[in-house]
Amino acid sequence: MKNRLIWPLVALAALLLLNLVVTPSFFALRIQDGALYGGLVDVLKNGAPTLLIALGMTLVIATRGIDLSVGAVAAIAGAVSCVHIGTSDSAGTAFAGMAMALLLCALLGLWNGFLVAGMGIQPIIATLVLMTAGRGIAMLVTEGQIVTVNNSAYKQVGAGFVVLPVAILISLLVLGLVAFVTRRTALGMLIESVGVNPEASRLAGVRSGTIIWTVYVFAAVCAGIAGLMISSNVSAADANNAGLWIEMDAILAVVIGGTSLAGGRYSLTGTLLGALIIQTLTTTVYTIGVAPEVTLVFKAIVVIAVCLVQAPKARAALSFRKVAVPS
Amino acid sequence: MLKKITTVASVVLLSALTACSSGGGGGTAPSNGGGTITMGFAQVGAESGWRTANTKSIQDEAKAAGIDLKFSDAQQKQENQIKAIRSYIQQKVSVIAFSPVVETGWDTVLLEAKRANIPVILTDRSIDSDDTSLYKTFLGSDFVEEGRKAGDWLVANASGPTTVVELQGTTGAAPANDRKKGFEEKIAAKPDIKVVASQTGDFTRSGGKQVMEAFLKSQPKIDVVYAHNDDMGLGAIEAIKAAGKVPGKDIKIITVDAVKDGMTALANGEINFIVECNPLLGKQLMDLAKKVVAGEDVPARVVTEEGTFTQEQAKTALPQRQY
Repeated sequence: MKNRLIWPLVALAALLLLNLVVTPSFFALRIQDGALYGGLVDVLKNGAPTLLIALGMTLVIATRGIDLSVGAVAAIAGAVSCVHIGTSDSAGTAFAGMAMALLLCALLGLWNGFLVAGMGIQPIIATLVLMTAGRGIAMLVTEGQIVTVNNSAYKQVGAGFVVLPVAILISLLVLGLVAFVTRRTALGMLIESVGVNPEASRLAGVRSGTIIWTVYVFAAVCAGIAGLMISSNVSAADANNAGLWIEMDAILAVVIGGTSLAGGRYSLTGTLLGALIIQTLTTTVYTIGVAPEVTLVFKAIVVIAVCLVQAPKARAALSFRKVAVPS
Repeated sequence: MLKKITTVASVVLLSALTACSSGGGGGTAPSNGGGTITMGFAQVGAESGWRTANTKSIQDEAKAAGIDLKFSDAQQKQENQIKAIRSYIQQKVSVIAFSPVVETGWDTVLLEAKRANIPVILTDRSIDSDDTSLYKTFLGSDFVEEGRKAGDWLVANASGPTTVVELQGTTGAAPANDRKKGFEEKIAAKPDIKVVASQTGDFTRSGGKQVMEAFLKSQPKIDVVYAHNDDMGLGAIEAIKAAGKVPGKDIKIITVDAVKDGMTALANGEINFIVECNPLLGKQLMDLAKKVVAGEDVPARVVTEEGTFTQEQAKTALPQRQY
């Protein structure tokens, strides 16, 4: 398992090294108004939403599913909380808005779970429904406007600092919780068994349906928190662009981290590395000044390279193990 | 709320219609005569406050002019817009108007409209095509001129060596290309002014903030931010504040658009200069549509009226701002 994570680690190190070469000040850190300030801090802060969504996605993918609706759910969460907060500056209103948003997200997760586990619809189709409809819902909530808020408590979630950005602290806390709950109890193994064979697991006494239902709700709540971070970061809810294509980034993070889309075994550390690689890549594009016209090509080349070195054949060719020679 | 639902419903219906009738083919010329004009409008999306104001102006003025408006939202995707235009052709509307998401790739679908004898009006953004017979007229802002206005202000207000970072709009979009071009044209007159970094922030606040955060770390000295729209400028303000600098003083900010949030920041001294890009072109569009349908000659280029705002002007203009 540890071996699998070497190549993502190498990729991350290479990207960081590239930044260091082009911008020597990239690793410089200083304290600015009681908060850590520097290029690496940006990577962590802006990568937090992707990491959070990728965590939910990891569990969903481990059950052989996929959740395409997370970006839309993130947009809904931002929209609901910003519309509720409006012009108010009280912390109470902010928390009420966020609670409402997360509750709604949990309901949306239940809906996904119902379609997948209850109705037996293919996950890619079931969640596609909410992926398309969700942005419409967010647009209805905001009435098509960008809703700007000015609430200091709300601002903390995405742009606040307790030395480190609050956003990354939340994401790491969730990572810790997930790791604890799934690795210190049997839950992780049950999720993996559902992913390997849902029917066999059910016959063996695992409540496959409940587990599938749970992971979709968890993914939606993660997406909701990520949506709050995204909208809080700019103190505005943008129904059209908040979390746009983040589902693809999250899936990519999971895959780079070595979790198979076919379900079963998953790696949370891998997902963490994957999310960091994706955000470092974006930040790298800005710092080293890749021209906007070729940004996507640059990103594609890096992603292809990372995926290729992880392919079984490439790994075999790259490993330094000696081939046994018959004597 | 209700209007939104009807819009969503009609878009769904439209796509269903296209799917059903795609095999139909043939057909007669659009029935323009004897009554109301139907206009098919394919909007870019609702990506900013500016765009929302633009949509509202078109919807309101269509109602006022008695024009039956079929509206679709492309959510910033060209393929959606092409689909919408095809469905308008199938429905034989009297005139098609749209704001192209990107500049290229329109020849095929516009040729289809031309063959069906449906006149096309471009609004707000132009297309890049050698065949100008594909559309009747282009109503909208002169983005190059907007870039020039921004450049002029900087040339007049900059003293000594000035480093500029640029937050570009969506790569390939006409406003991004032209605002960049006009700005560069003007600052070329003063070799002291240098654009040291330029990246796309996709016209969004998060994009502007993230790019600006990276610029603040990679560029040793930034004097001026030139953002292709207000939203990216507002994102940049957040990033500048987080870096412990004062937006509007330590780093000057020039943006384009003049939406309400931008004007508020301008009046508060966080932005230094805004070039207006007027979204309220609904009335001019309806007038043009009537003329085009009636077969009258229209100029190939109609420019919307727009100005510029300094911090002082913003304070007086802000209370009457509709969008």
